[in-house]
Amino acid sequence: MPEIYLDNSATTRPYDAVIELMGRVQRQIYGNPSSLHAMGVEAERLIRKARAAIAAILNGREDEIFFTSGGTESNNQAIRGTALRHSRRGNRIITSPIEHPSVLNCCRQLAKEGFKISYLPVDSAGYICLDELRRLLGNDTVLVTIAHVNSEIGTIQPVQEIGEIIKKLSPGTLFHVDGVQSFGKIPVNPPHWQADLFTCSAHKIHGPKGVGALWVKKKTMLQPLLQGGEQEGSLRPGTENVAGIAGFGLAAAETARDQLDSASLMRQLKIQFYRALKQAGLDVALNGPPLEESAPHIINLSFKGIRAEILLHSLEQYGIYSSSGSACHSRRPEPSHVLQTIGLTGERLTGALRFSFSVFNTVSDVTTAAGCTVKAVREFGK
Amino acid sequence: MPEKILIRYGEIALKGKNRRYFEDSLSRNLKRAVKDTGARIVRIQGRFLALVPEEEVNQALHHLSRVFGVVSLSVVKPAPLDLAAIKTAAGNLVESLPEQLGSFKVETRRSNKGFPLTSPEINREVGAYLLNRFAGMRVDVHQPSFQLYIEIGPEEALLYHDSISGPGGLPVGVSGRSLLLLSGGIDSPVAGWLAMKRGLSIEAIHFHSFPFTSMRSREKAVDLCRVLARYGETVPLNLVSVTEAQKEIRAKCPEELGIILLRRMMIRTAEAVSRMKGLQALVTGENLGQVASQTLESLAEISAVTGMLILRPLLCMDKQEIVSKSQALDTYEISIRPYEDCCTLFVPRHPVTRPTAERLEQAEAALNIDKLLEHAMGSLETEFIKS
Repeated sequence: MPEIYLDNSATTRPYDAVIELMGRVQRQIYGNPSSLHAMGVEAERLIRKARAAIAAILNGREDEIFFTSGGTESNNQAIRGTALRHSRRGNRIITSPIEHPSVLNCCRQLAKEGFKISYLPVDSAGYICLDELRRLLGNDTVLVTIAHVNSEIGTIQPVQEIGEIIKKLSPGTLFHVDGVQSFGKIPVNPPHWQADLFTCSAHKIHGPKGVGALWVKKKTMLQPLLQGGEQEGSLRPGTENVAGIAGFGLAAAETARDQLDSASLMRQLKIQFYRALKQAGLDVALNGPPLEESAPHIINLSFKGIRAEILLHSLEQYGIYSSSGSACHSRRPEPSHVLQTIGLTGERLTGALRFSFSVFNTVSDVTTAAGCTVKAVREFGK
Repeated sequence: MPEKILIRYGEIALKGKNRRYFEDSLSRNLKRAVKDTGARIVRIQGRFLALVPEEEVNQALHHLSRVFGVVSLSVVKPAPLDLAAIKTAAGNLVESLPEQLGSFKVETRRSNKGFPLTSPEINREVGAYLLNRFAGMRVDVHQPSFQLYIEIGPEEALLYHDSISGPGGLPVGVSGRSLLLLSGGIDSPVAGWLAMKRGLSIEAIHFHSFPFTSMRSREKAVDLCRVLARYGETVPLNLVSVTEAQKEIRAKCPEELGIILLRRMMIRTAEAVSRMKGLQALVTGENLGQVASQTLESLAEISAVTGMLILRPLLCMDKQEIVSKSQALDTYEISIRPYEDCCTLFVPRHPVTRPTAERLEQAEAALNIDKLLEHAMGSLETEFIKS
């Protein structure tokens, strides 16, 4: 049974070239980048190449890229690193209630340590309220942290406008964009947005797991999370994950090369999938912004008469992989905080399933997936 | 020179003519438990002795302390049947202890009546020897801080000073064979353990209903059987799909009866599996009043579909007692892994708590029970889970 992987917001299949490169690096170029000999120099060269690839996509400088263990670490470094370094200027952090747990829980921890966290309200499509941002911003605000693309419903926040508001009303406030779901999918330009920090991750763009980066605008001061050697400008000590970083660089370059084509392919697949379900007469509701407006690769749908987990498992029988909006984290399944925040209740909430696409998906995948979804809902729904 | 562990059993010694059968079962179970340590099990009067390579003693104690039927265990030091040799051995044992001792008492049990001294005489002789050899020791027969036990056997004397408790109960296998309904929750593994404790050997049956439940509930059942197998023998795990039954019940029966109807299908299926395999009873983790399907009325209607004996070892335990037991058994952490089992996704908003036979039979009239049973039996797979 061919697999149809539609859970690309969770993680993606690495490019074959990435897997090959990483294997080769680990077999042949296993030197420590800090070593003085040729092996070290070679490893260092690989990291520099990756750094350049990522800097180019972000429209940033190479010395502004800091490699980390992934999105979670980058978010923690950005938020905690800012809060601790700039606490003398103020103690307020502004974020939204639909952020990733690595942002929300990092903020919760800082709240315990005396920081004040303000959550911007979001509307039913997941857009944050800019007026509230204007109202809250003040001299005590050290950081605004917002995800560019919401991982569950695909809302693209107006980061350009957010940056303008922040720098106009409170120029000292740092602006962090969590770009894990936007990097490689839609154009990103943190310097242009007047952002100070930008998070990205390799495994969402067909790179390896366990590696990510934080873009830190030149001259931005951060408190390191870890103490150690002088790697990554002492912000991120520890011997570099050379193979992972090289794989990240290659995946980023590959993704960037035809990003616009990829985006329009994914958007086309997403729309085709939705239309096929509708045409079959399925009672299905779209969560988040209209399909033309949301991120090209994410669609979140509520199915009537069937719980998301059941639909997910029945699709799995056909080799189709999706993600339930209400992650069954506990015996008492806790519905997604994002879907609850945008106002979903009852069946809309428990029946929400996310499909997320990648360049590896084809039109025929989507036709099959839609057909199987219709079949599964009819078979297992009530 | 191998170390010796004295293995005591209690209850089974009382069982009249069956004694021999019980002892043979225990012997077999003990041998299986210590197989990997290279230990040998030998029978001595009313006891077993494990002869264990020195470096494996702790491992063997660990395994033996899980064998049902064992009351307690002691690491013993042997001595020839000679008073002087016993005294020396007693002195060496005291000397090997990590701390200096204050008050002590010697207690002798002389099963070999051919030994020239009586038990009180041996107590006095050995006590005097120890007082003489170790300064600072004194005898206290009422509340000694240390007791030295001497057993005078037919071939040698055995000396020891403390014992660890075994689980008690009866050797697994002596009471017959049963089928445990293993859901993956906290209760059913504890029920299985208790059934084993009373000498039942168990097979398990786990109902899955992919896609209604995750594949991971099956892994959970395997892991739980692996833990249960530590207390007895390999556990055959029967995996059965109830997806068809679940679909039919959802489609054709009132929502509030869903769980109890599914439970009745599971019992019917379990009975069919038991009959096929020659198992004599069903064991469930049901507990009076814990959830709607466990009221007296519900339990009665669940039992009503089978002629087989259903054992419910947890029936009158409190939830906290069950949780503590499952923590002690190391099944708790497996049981609370966050995956739905057959029922958790199907809990109706208002489950019926006092079902009547008429209502259930009426609802089941809409189902083709025989066909569902056939379908479930057709999906049967059996895996043999070792510890």
